[in-house]
Amino acid sequence: MTPFDFSIPINPSALTLEMLVAALGLGILILGIISPKGARSGLGWVSFLGLMGIIGVAITMWGQSGELLAGMYLLDNYALFWKITFMVAAALVILGNMRYVDKVGNQAEYYSLTIFATLGMMVMASAGDLMTLYLGLELMTIAFVILVCLRKTDNKSVEAGMKYILLAGMSSAVLLYGLSLLYGLTGSVIMLDISRIIAMQPVSPALVLALVMIIAGLGFKISAVPFHMWSPDVYEGAPTPVTSFLSMGSKAASFAIILRLFITALPGVWENWAMVIAILAGITIIIGNLVAMPQTNIKRLLAYSSIAQAGYIMVGMVTASEAGIKGVMFYAFLYVFATAGAFTVAAYFYNVTGSDELKDYAGLSQRSPLMAAVMLVALLSMAGIPPLAGFVGKFYLFKTIVDGYLWLVFIGLIMSMVSVYYYLRVALVMYRDEPKDPSPINVSGPVTVTLILTMLVTLIIGIYPGPLSEVVNSAAHSFFLH
Amino acid sequence: METSIYAVVAFYGLAATILGAATMVVFMRNIVHSVLFLAITFIAMAGLFLSLDADFIAAVQVLVYAGAVCIMIVLGIMVIQRTDMNETNLFNKQIMAGAGLTALTVAFGAIFAGRTAWVELVAADAVPANTVDAIGALLLSKYVIPFEVAALLLLVALVGAIVLARDEEVQANADN
Repeated sequence: MTPFDFSIPINPSALTLEMLVAALGLGILILGIISPKGARSGLGWVSFLGLMGIIGVAITMWGQSGELLAGMYLLDNYALFWKITFMVAAALVILGNMRYVDKVGNQAEYYSLTIFATLGMMVMASAGDLMTLYLGLELMTIAFVILVCLRKTDNKSVEAGMKYILLAGMSSAVLLYGLSLLYGLTGSVIMLDISRIIAMQPVSPALVLALVMIIAGLGFKISAVPFHMWSPDVYEGAPTPVTSFLSMGSKAASFAIILRLFITALPGVWENWAMVIAILAGITIIIGNLVAMPQTNIKRLLAYSSIAQAGYIMVGMVTASEAGIKGVMFYAFLYVFATAGAFTVAAYFYNVTGSDELKDYAGLSQRSPLMAAVMLVALLSMAGIPPLAGFVGKFYLFKTIVDGYLWLVFIGLIMSMVSVYYYLRVALVMYRDEPKDPSPINVSGPVTVTLILTMLVTLIIGIYPGPLSEVVNSAAHSFFLH
Repeated sequence: METSIYAVVAFYGLAATILGAATMVVFMRNIVHSVLFLAITFIAMAGLFLSLDADFIAAVQVLVYAGAVCIMIVLGIMVIQRTDMNETNLFNKQIMAGAGLTALTVAFGAIFAGRTAWVELVAADAVPANTVDAIGALLLSKYVIPFEVAALLLLVALVGAIVLARDEEVQANADN
C-alpha cells in the first residue's frame, strides 16, 4: 500500500444530492444564527423550498447507476427512490408543522437537525459497505435523539429522549457486534464482497450469531416485536412533528438498509433468515394491532399502529425477491403520506386544544371537516380498506408470500380486519360524538396544503396505482444490477 | 503466520484485564471508582491494538478514551449534585434477570464462536511502518464518504449538546 493512494477515482457529481442536503442543513444553521428572532419562523419555508428544489434535482437523476469507491457507495434507482421518499417525508413534516415548531422554539436547530437526519437516511439508502451504513444510521439516530427531547421543559419529552438514546445505543451496540462478526468472517466491509465470500463458505455458527445480532439491532430501529418497547413511550413524549418523522422516515430508512444488508450481502444464507423474518413479521402484526386497541391517546394509538405497519412491511422481505422489494418500497412510500396526514392533524389539534387524548377528538367533523376527513382517509388507508392506497400496498406485499407462507397471509388478513376496529373507533369519535367545545378550528394555509396533498395522494394511488408501481418496479429491478 | 508465545501470553493477559476491569465498572458502587476501572479497560484495549501493530489507533485509544472521555465523566460527576458518593452506581431490582440474560448471551456467543471454523484472513499487504500516513490516505480516498459523514455527525452532536444544555432564560435575555 503506497502512502498516498488516490488511485480510486471519486466522481463528486454522483454525490450531488448528499452535498446539496448537507449544504442546506448547514445553511439553515447559519441563517438561524444571523437572522433576528422574529424572522426565524421563515426558516421553515427556506427548508421546505430547499428540499423541494433538491427533490427536483433528484428526479432528473433518475436512471443513474454505478458504484463509487469500489462498491462503498451504491447508486441506483433503488437508492434514489428511497432518497426521494425521505425528502418528501421531511418536506411534508416541515410544511405541515411550522406553527408547532414556532411554539417549541429553536427553529434553526429543529429544521437543520431534521435535514441532517434526512441526510443520514440518504447515506443509508446508498451505503454499499458496513461503515457507511452504520455512520448514516448514527447520523440519523443522533439527530433524532436531539429532536425528540427538543421540548426540554416538558418532562415527557426529556424522558422520551433518555429512553431513546439508551435503547438506540444498546441496539447500535448489538448491531455493531453483528457487523463485526460479519467482517471477521469475511475480511471485508463491502457488501458485494461479503456476499461473494459467504457464497464460497459453508454456513458457520458464527454467521448465524451475526445474523441474529443484526436482526435484533435493526429490529429495534423498525420497532419490530419483541424489540418495540421503546417506541410508544418515545412516540408519545416527542414533539408530534418529530414523532411523525420518526415513524415514517426512520422506519423507511431502516427498511432500506435491511433490504440492502440481507438481500445484497446475505443472500447466500437466505434460508437461515427467511423464516425468522416471517415469524417476526407475524408476531409484530399480531401484537401491534392487539395492543393498539385499548389505547386512548392518539399518539400512542398511532405508535402501536405503526408497529403493526412495520410488520406488514417486513412481509415483503421474506422472499428476498424483486416483487418483495417492490412491495416494501410501494408500501413505504404511501405509508409516508398516510402517516404525514394523520400526524399533521394530531399536531395541529394539539396546537389548538393542547390535548392528544382521543376523547377530545369528539365532533372533530363539525369543528374542522377537513381535519376529520384527512384523519379518516389516513387511518382507513393504514387499515387497508379499498379503494385507498393501503389496500394496493398490502396486496403487493402479501402477493409475494402466497406460495409457502400462507399462514402469514392469514395472520395479515385477520389482523387487518382487527385493525379496522380501532381505526374506525377514531372515526366514530370524530363523526358521531357531539363536540364539548363546538368552536370551529381554522386550519392555516400550509397545513391545509399538506392535508389535502396527503389525502389526494392516498386516494389517487389507491385508485390508479399504475405510475407509482412502474417507478417502483424500475427501482426494485435496479437493486439486483450490481 | 507464526504466533510467538509472548503474543499469546500478552493477548490472554490483556483480555483478562479488559474483562475483569469491565466487570468492576459495573459492580463498583462508587461511580468514580467505576470510571477508574473504565480507564484501565481502555488502556488494556490500547495494548490489544499495539499487539496488532496498530500503534496509531493505540495512541488514539489512550489519548481520547482513557484520557478525555474518562476525565469528562469525572468532571460531569463533579458538577452534578449528589448526597453520598458511595451510593452513586446502584443496581435496580432486575439483577437476577440481568445476570441470567448476560450468562445466556455469553454462553450462546461462546458456543457459536467456538464451533466456527475460523478462516485466518491474511492481509494482502504487511502493516506499513508508518501507519498514520496510510490511515490518513485511506480516510481521504477510499473511506472519504464515511469520514465526511462522521464529521457531520459530530457537528450534529455538538449542536444538540448546546441546544439541550443551554439555559432558556439566558437565551431569552440574549435575544432581547
